[in-house]
Amino acid sequence: MSELIRLSAADLADKIHKREVSAVEATQAHLDRIAEVDGAVHAFLHVNTEGALAAAAKVDEQIAVGEVASPLAGVPLALKDVMTTIDAPTTVGSKILENWLPPYDATVTERLRAAGIVILGKTNMDEFAMGSSTENSAYGPTHNPWDLERIPGGSGGGSSASLAAFEAPLAIGTDTGGSIRQPGAVTGTVGVKPTYGTVSRYGLVAFSSSLDQAGPCARTVLDAALLHEVIAGYDPMDSTSINQPVRPVVEAARQGATGDLKGVKVGVVREFRGEGYQQGVIDCFDAAVQQLRDLGAEVVEVSCPHFKYALGAYYLIAPSEASSNLARFDAMRYGLRVDNGALGELSAEQVMSLTREAGFGPEVKRRIILGTYALSAGYYDAYYGSAQKVRTLISRDFTSAFEQVDVLVAPTTPTTAFKIGERIDDPLAMYLNDLCTIPSNLAGNAALSVPSGLAAEDGLPAGLQVMAPALADERMYRVAAAYEVARDAAQGGPLINRVPELEAISR
Amino acid sequence: MPSISRDEVAHLARLARLAATDDELDLFAGQLDTILNAVAQVGEVSQQDVPPTSHAVPLTNVFREDVVRPCLTQQQALSGAPSAEEGRFRVPRILGEEQ
Repeated sequence: MSELIRLSAADLADKIHKREVSAVEATQAHLDRIAEVDGAVHAFLHVNTEGALAAAAKVDEQIAVGEVASPLAGVPLALKDVMTTIDAPTTVGSKILENWLPPYDATVTERLRAAGIVILGKTNMDEFAMGSSTENSAYGPTHNPWDLERIPGGSGGGSSASLAAFEAPLAIGTDTGGSIRQPGAVTGTVGVKPTYGTVSRYGLVAFSSSLDQAGPCARTVLDAALLHEVIAGYDPMDSTSINQPVRPVVEAARQGATGDLKGVKVGVVREFRGEGYQQGVIDCFDAAVQQLRDLGAEVVEVSCPHFKYALGAYYLIAPSEASSNLARFDAMRYGLRVDNGALGELSAEQVMSLTREAGFGPEVKRRIILGTYALSAGYYDAYYGSAQKVRTLISRDFTSAFEQVDVLVAPTTPTTAFKIGERIDDPLAMYLNDLCTIPSNLAGNAALSVPSGLAAEDGLPAGLQVMAPALADERMYRVAAAYEVARDAAQGGPLINRVPELEAISR
Repeated sequence: MPSISRDEVAHLARLARLAATDDELDLFAGQLDTILNAVAQVGEVSQQDVPPTSHAVPLTNVFREDVVRPCLTQQQALSGAPSAEEGRFRVPRILGEEQ
């Protein structure tokens, strides 16, 4: 195994910019690693070998004449297959967009390219980002590098697994109910959901537009911060984009890494423990809170009484928006068309129904039906209307909590990674994975997950979730970076170094 | 307690343009009933006098200058079409027999 693939993005960028190693060599090392282990992991749906090497060569040419496009120029990245790319298929993990080659790049894709970041390929995901295990991908599940029989989280399981398998040092995810943070937690990696509206949704295939938010995934807090500053920023192509400067998250991560949290007030969310929480996850969380105290933070308990309604509100709002968003898949302009060879005899409506039946998987259908129900006359007030009220109450819980403390902390997800297949027949059990992550999607504030150790009973990673107010993303980076340094010191090195060696399994 | 019947699920699938199979309808009816029972908990706040939130950030109309700017070419716009003819999307008939 090349040592290049074990470096952090910041260290790899440093070597590339000092011309100790070329961007092409760095890219090739990761492509070799993908060829070696992705048969077993299945993090990627598409690997763009030629495009990646060409992009890397361009970075090397620029560096040779003294131009460095960004602090991450030359570093390879795995892009979730929900972001459009003009040079690679974008499937969203769905058969309905199999082989679809978009005619435009997402804003996030454009910014990555402009920063000289090398896109290795597109990562696997639950179909339309609906799921918490990546088992809902139409192209087969992704396997968790910590234990190949287990899920890597979802919906961004391909992105999280690519990091834990050392196939890429950086990845992009999207988080509608926890799809960046929960995969981060169960793979021992860092996942960040920035404040809603700070990363453009243009070219992000929509699931639930009022909740969807793209963000950085990495193996260290600093790497996530560096990527955050590349992808964030105002975009006139997204009507919900916030026209404000990017928060100083890199500076905050560096400040945090000095290990001093004196003067920082941390609130522990009282409601996020108890029944349904795995003991090892709670133990990791309690140890993390103690570590924050040792770093000088003042820790208090905070109650957010309406968070218990968040799961219900989410599973009404997200399916409602999805049922509307996914109406665009009508078999007319792009994507799959199924006409059973009888196009002349069938109506547009019949073709659309046959196509959607064949092109969507069970979870997508369930949510479309659920959303159609929640929005229908007679049920709207009871379901969608109440869910929107819950959203207000949860935002108020956050507002009142952030009057008392600077950041909130909780476990990222109630359990460690479960076995592939274990919860697939029980949608409600699957939904419970998102219990702790959903409130920040409903309120739109920033939240991240940082590895918090291995659960004693199964040796699998758990995550510490740090939540910050909207447009104060830097606070959570500072706290997470301080915690990361302290935990690494206390546990004898980064958690990710304890991921088992993957044996080469050819596809 | 809410409950959703198989017939209702079949009706919703038709509205959502999903040609669902009998097996799917059997499966979904039970699963959706379970899910609805769980999410119906939000009804506990329905009597409270709080404004609804549709978006985490306040939405305002976004305007741009009324000037020509680059957009997809006809070829790009048709590049993913299941069927195209004479520079247009080729679609099935849009009216049924009875119309």
